[in-house]
Amino acid sequence: MRRIRKRQVAAVLALAAIVGAFAVPAAAVRAGSTGLPTKIGKGEGRLNVIEWPAYTDASFAKKFEQQTGCIIHRKDAGSSNQMFALMHANGGGGGGQYDLVSASGDASLRLIYAHDVQAVNVHLIPSWKQFLPVFKSPPHNTVGGVHYGVSLQWGPNTLIYNTKKVKPAPKNWAAIYSKKYKGKLTVPNNPIQIADAALYLMHTKPSLGIKDPYELTQAQLTAVGQLLVRQKPLLKRYWNYATDEDTSFKNGDVWMGAGWPYQTLQLQANHVPVKEIVPLPTTGWADTWMLAAKAPHPNCAYKWMAYVTTPQVEAKQAIVFGETPVNPKACPYMNKIQKGSCAGYHLNEPASYYNKIKFWKTPVPTCGWKKGNGCMDYNAWQQAWTQITG
Amino acid sequence: MAADAGALAAGPPWRRARLRFSGLLWRRPWLKALGLLAPPLTAFLVVYVGAVAVLFISSFWTVNSFTAAIEHTWTLGNYRLIFSSGQPYLHIARLTLEIAAAVTVTDAVLAFPLAFFMARFAGKRTRAILFVMVLLPLWSSYLVRIYAWQTILAHDGAINWALRGIGLPGLNLAYTNTAMWIVFSYVWLPFMVLPVYAALERIPDSYLEASADLGARGFKTLRSVILPLALPGIVAGSIFTFSLTLGDYITPLLVGGPSSQFIGNTVYNYIQEANTPFAAAFATIPMAIMGVYLLIARRLGAFEAL
Repeated sequence: MRRIRKRQVAAVLALAAIVGAFAVPAAAVRAGSTGLPTKIGKGEGRLNVIEWPAYTDASFAKKFEQQTGCIIHRKDAGSSNQMFALMHANGGGGGGQYDLVSASGDASLRLIYAHDVQAVNVHLIPSWKQFLPVFKSPPHNTVGGVHYGVSLQWGPNTLIYNTKKVKPAPKNWAAIYSKKYKGKLTVPNNPIQIADAALYLMHTKPSLGIKDPYELTQAQLTAVGQLLVRQKPLLKRYWNYATDEDTSFKNGDVWMGAGWPYQTLQLQANHVPVKEIVPLPTTGWADTWMLAAKAPHPNCAYKWMAYVTTPQVEAKQAIVFGETPVNPKACPYMNKIQKGSCAGYHLNEPASYYNKIKFWKTPVPTCGWKKGNGCMDYNAWQQAWTQITG
Repeated sequence: MAADAGALAAGPPWRRARLRFSGLLWRRPWLKALGLLAPPLTAFLVVYVGAVAVLFISSFWTVNSFTAAIEHTWTLGNYRLIFSSGQPYLHIARLTLEIAAAVTVTDAVLAFPLAFFMARFAGKRTRAILFVMVLLPLWSSYLVRIYAWQTILAHDGAINWALRGIGLPGLNLAYTNTAMWIVFSYVWLPFMVLPVYAALERIPDSYLEASADLGARGFKTLRSVILPLALPGIVAGSIFTFSLTLGDYITPLLVGGPSSQFIGNTVYNYIQEANTPFAAAFATIPMAIMGVYLLIARRLGAFEAL
């Protein structure tokens, strides 16, 4: 117990150092004196979650409700910012109403720094030990060694192409910035797409000095914006929903574009001649079930985190939603539901593969790689994206 | 007087109360008007005017980019950003206006002959059939119709299939501003046909006869008699086509191309990202445009034609 506390205090101090101006001085005392639960108590009969639609899909949540008696009440969110706003409303910390939030990497850090989520004892989640190493303590949900939730599912951003039209096959992300397939390309309509271009420039234009695609200075953001403005005339469209991208591939308007494994599998199921590559390094997204700071039903929340990360449930959710589990033991169960889906969703790759995926994280004013507040925040990204697409 | 009092005193108490109440309403007509208008007026004031007021007020606030909390300090920053030259917002507003204007003109040109035929030549039966055909699209979901157009305009869609069938090269229609113009013109056409029809139907036959008697040919009659009298109807219809296009954000999303961002899309994006104050500021632009448009429309007599 003492050891845990000591580690915690150190962690919170480290967190405070990183957060700088945003940290509340009292935070260290508060978290230090709370301590983590050492066992999961009796369920409270109810669980209130803020989720991506279908993240507590009845196909696997029904069994949980029967087993634990924790009845799930859902609030679907449409964007990371909406999730954050919901958690931060009514005094923050989930407002004493919400227990869990399935935050993506572009919101999770903000939730931690704003004290809306609390530390989680990952040793109460048995499957945590089975996770892929990169998802045990990733920087988007673990700060200074303190976990603020458990990783859940993830996906790489992939390059999808029509095998009949695009010859030879593309090898890297340069394909979506090249004039060769002008008017036949598509990319997502999302400010976080700036990070993809930043990652590309990080390797093709080292003089810009980009160290982290999510931590850009004003000059770097401007340079990335210029690349995206040059890319725009090459595009058929920006896609808004995964089904939009599918449609454009299906009817031949688009031959190549950035997407997710989900689209590739959907298109292949419809006999559209497409393949995908994951040109490394690439960006990707990863979601975390995070525990609200004022969670009224913490036991049910812990029970859910333990349940949803088991291999069988991970496999089911992956197939329902079209994403990849963090628990590699889910592989055989995925193949049982849909043949070849484990490899299709890249769950059987070596560790070197996962290390080359730069997972989404919120752009914040503090840069990790240089001193002070020299980086552009998410609002600046949003404005830059409107400027590019407008 | 005594008889009145006797009648009032006679019935059961609830009946007396009712009579007294109706007597009160009769003596004070404004009370009756108030009773009738109170529910819709309250709804209008609270729901509509209230919402617009809150929207306008919040457009002078800002949002903390890190905590996403709204900061209630008064600033013109949002408006300054919209109108500053290096920003995309004026460009977005201009594109929205241009498409709305193009759609309005297209619909007027398409609707006039149809409405003219319906009002002046068609028999009862034909007219009913034409009415059903004009209104039929409105009975199916707006989304379904746009998705249908997606497949019509697609690279291997119906239009290109037909063009290739007669030996012509296919057109590059899908996901362009042209596609938006076509789809908007189709979707809002009924809103133009109906007011134009109403205006044309009201022109008395005697006017046309008088015009002919005075030696005017068909074209002259059309230009000097029918068009001026139909103008209020056209303007009334244009209020619908213009404002509906101005406020739309789904059609650009589904059939637009990489440069098809509308005011509505920008507003939607900013609300999704929890920056409501900026969204509110940008949303006042189409409201201001519509305000000016309605003033002009009133001058042209559109409201008498509605």
